[in-house]
Amino acid sequence: MSSDTHHDMTDDARTDGGTATATDGSEAVSDTGPATGRIARSKVVFMRVMQNRFAVFGLMVVLLLLFTAIFADFIAPYEPAEQNYNALKEPPSLDHPFGTDQYGRDVFSRVVYGSRYAVFLGVVIVGIEMLLGVTLGLVAGYYGGLIESTIMRVVDIALSMPALVLALAIAGMLGGGLFPLIVAVSLVGWRGFARLVRGDVKSVMEEEYIDSAEAAGLSDFRTISRYVLPNAASSIIVYATLTIPTVILWSAGLSFLGMGVQPPKPEWGAILAAGRGEIDDAWWIATFPGLAIMVTVIGFNGLGDGLRDALDPRQVR
Amino acid sequence: MSEQRSTTEANRLRNGDETPLLNIDDLQVHFNTEEGTVEALDGVSLTIGRDEVLGVIGESGCGKSVTALSTMGLLQSPPAEIVGGSITYDGTELLDLSDEELNEIRGDEITMIYQDPMSSLNPVLTIGHQVKEPLLAHRDVSEDEAHERAVEMLESVGLADAERLMTEYPDALSGGMRQRVVIAMALITEPKLLIADEPTTALDVTIQAQIMDLLTDLREEFEMSVLFISHDLAVISEIADRIGVMYAGNVVEQCEMRTLFESPLHPYTRKLAESIPSLEGDTDRLPTIEGTVPELINPPSGCRFAGRCPQYIGEVCDTVEPPLETPSGIEGDQKVACHLYDEQRGEDPPWPVGEEAGGTDGVARTEGVDGS
Amino acid sequence: MLKYIARRLLVTIPVLIGVTIAISLIVYLAPGNPARIALGMNAQPEAVRELERQMGLNQPPWIRYLEWLWGVVNLELGESVRTGRPVTAMIARRLPPTLELAVGSMFLTLIIALPLGVISAVRQYSWVDTTSMLFAIFWLSMPSFWLALILLLLFSVQWNMFPISGRGTPVLTMTWLSSLILPAVATGTRRAGLLTRMTRSSMLEILNEDYIRTARGKGIGERAVIYTHAMKNAMIPIITLIGLQIPFIFSGSVIIETVFSWPGMGRLLVNSVLQRDYPIVQGLVLVYAVIVVLSNLFVDIMYGYFDPRIEYE
Repeated sequence: MSSDTHHDMTDDARTDGGTATATDGSEAVSDTGPATGRIARSKVVFMRVMQNRFAVFGLMVVLLLLFTAIFADFIAPYEPAEQNYNALKEPPSLDHPFGTDQYGRDVFSRVVYGSRYAVFLGVVIVGIEMLLGVTLGLVAGYYGGLIESTIMRVVDIALSMPALVLALAIAGMLGGGLFPLIVAVSLVGWRGFARLVRGDVKSVMEEEYIDSAEAAGLSDFRTISRYVLPNAASSIIVYATLTIPTVILWSAGLSFLGMGVQPPKPEWGAILAAGRGEIDDAWWIATFPGLAIMVTVIGFNGLGDGLRDALDPRQVR
Repeated sequence: MSEQRSTTEANRLRNGDETPLLNIDDLQVHFNTEEGTVEALDGVSLTIGRDEVLGVIGESGCGKSVTALSTMGLLQSPPAEIVGGSITYDGTELLDLSDEELNEIRGDEITMIYQDPMSSLNPVLTIGHQVKEPLLAHRDVSEDEAHERAVEMLESVGLADAERLMTEYPDALSGGMRQRVVIAMALITEPKLLIADEPTTALDVTIQAQIMDLLTDLREEFEMSVLFISHDLAVISEIADRIGVMYAGNVVEQCEMRTLFESPLHPYTRKLAESIPSLEGDTDRLPTIEGTVPELINPPSGCRFAGRCPQYIGEVCDTVEPPLETPSGIEGDQKVACHLYDEQRGEDPPWPVGEEAGGTDGVARTEGVDGS
Repeated sequence: MLKYIARRLLVTIPVLIGVTIAISLIVYLAPGNPARIALGMNAQPEAVRELERQMGLNQPPWIRYLEWLWGVVNLELGESVRTGRPVTAMIARRLPPTLELAVGSMFLTLIIALPLGVISAVRQYSWVDTTSMLFAIFWLSMPSFWLALILLLLFSVQWNMFPISGRGTPVLTMTWLSSLILPAVATGTRRAGLLTRMTRSSMLEILNEDYIRTARGKGIGERAVIYTHAMKNAMIPIITLIGLQIPFIFSGSVIIETVFSWPGMGRLLVNSVLQRDYPIVQGLVLVYAVIVVLSNLFVDIMYGYFDPRIEYE
């Protein structure tokens, strides 16, 4: 079955063939001990992440993003919708570090406020994807058999349609806008989580201590939550971190095409769309939001990579 | 033991020269890891003569594989680093050679067989390709000649239907069969020195015996020297003429195979010899060696066996590394690294040394070893 | 080998059927009345009802699905709600340009990523390695539409090297090629970043295997070790990775086609989604899915060619 033999690589910004270990669950570090073991391990993981310069850079970018999103009101010198007819399409200057657009709006402020969309969309969409995907993956892996085949079949079907195509169709059919965007991207992205979790679950299931748990009479739910989930947790976290940039990219893409966040809202993709027409005489309108997206994506990728290396040093770097 | 060669002395007399085929002298290898520098080899010295089998025995981690890989230039550096010593093959200093120069020798005159047959063969290349490869690389032969030779070789190692096997892939074969292929691959160029790194460890006992027989036969047929590494004394004793005992990165004793059982000198070797179960005698608990191998990251100074040595003398064992040398009163080529034999100490070792030692004193009886 | 292919084929059929169900479901659940859309907001209710009857919208959903499915089998994907033109013809006209773009960008991706990935792995930690890794990360983090715009800005607007938009005809001429370059670069280089990293990882894993050590020990030379022994093994996971990239090439092309006004399926998709022309959307998503499934099949076959172990499964 193609879903079994091939490894999981559903998303753009996922960076590495390293997921080869993620889906067969060999990465899941056995940690069924008491909480103290977990705390000690977190410290080790943290230290390892800190040693990785790229990961540290990523962490700083993420923190900067969060900071900007929260304190946008204080950082941005102008309102994002504030139009100044005297300063149309002005190149970057001290007054307007990123220049102004065709309506006289300060691009810098718009980009700053755009960070809110990035954070919001990233968190919400990945959250939904995680919920959907992890649950389905757990169910598929744990119960196996027909349930598993059915779910995996659905994943396969979903994977046959190119992500953006599907998301576009869904968002468009729903009329475009923020909410349809969220629905569309979530429906497209959960498949990766499902695959990942199912793989982890299956390899954990093969461990003997699951049999002893069942023999001891633990209910399904407890078995899952106490044994299966913690082992998969680290790979889920890494995957989630690496999915956020993809989500941001897709959301920006959909908004760029007009299916997502609609203008005049300052979502980065939407700003880019507006800047597209002015590319020949006002290149800054499109350039800076794109840079913002790029830096954000690099940041999350770096952090995700660093986390993954820290959580599983056995992997070849 | 009936196939054991004569002593090294006789060997040398026969060949008329004293130069050993392979001379490893004071080899020091470090591994630079995240946790620190592992001092894997602490000055290993071994010699192998022509047409002679040197067994190397030791526990896991004592450095036997590292020694073998260093000789073949197969250590991964980083993290490995050869920090000192020399390896001379037939007069040539191997450690000075470039990769190209080394490639002339390895695979041709010095070849190696490995521990895990399941992973030593390339799964996407045919067996024929892999067996022919060394021949095609080192000799000026045509494809057809190489093919014929490869089929012959496969038959010599006991594989039936060799012609058909040439086009199969390793996945079609069992572990024992794959190991035979590996042996064929290693012998096709008729090397002067074969390095065998625990070739039977991964196989089950019956196959093990077959492979050992095969190796013994082939060694005679090709008249080649063998560096045979194992942690199993019984296996080594079947094939080795001389033996080197390694512990924690050092060679602690080097002697003839018989001597190991008859009059071992080093306390570790004595314990080793004792711990072989014998078919006769009382069947009480097997004697064991207390303690564990020391950490090689910050190894203890002095003798690395000091912490577990039942014949521990005193401070000298903890501070001074005993050199590997022949104690006085010994004839022949037995070397040992132990302060017990330091002449300047002025005391005699606690057991008889030299020819007087005769299989008493709790040393394993030779009859029990290979079952013959 | 044939058995392997047959098995693969057998799996794809239910998947495709599933796809048709999924698409129809999405379209069905979409709010809005297609008939009303076709006639405009001010249409008379009777006219709308009449059109609904004509379009078969008053039938139960599963009948509509089956009718559409029957049409699919006959290669008739319905008619555009807006223009009434047959969908099949519209899509057929748009298919070649999209395929050209896909092949072009895949070609670029492979040319850049594979050698770079292999060299990085072989010379691990060297400056080649670090530079190409940084480069890879840089490229794969770029939003494709942004890259497209930058390329447009530099190469078309500023330096006037390539046309700003459209596809030069006829095919396989210089005009065509020069119009293809920017879009292909925009789609392809981004994927190249990703594939480089994955190739490198894959290669590194292979180089650590025992049989590579055995090969070195045979004294055949580093070249032979890498090209004969390592590469063939590395190809196996790489083929899989390439296969997984294929859907994304098409995803990416949707945006790129829009930016460069490249007359492919992607542009048609965007326009018809905007216009709620659902038969076109349905047909397009199906065609995309078929392409993806077929290319996966192709990749699977290639995989079977490279990995002899399948025979023993």
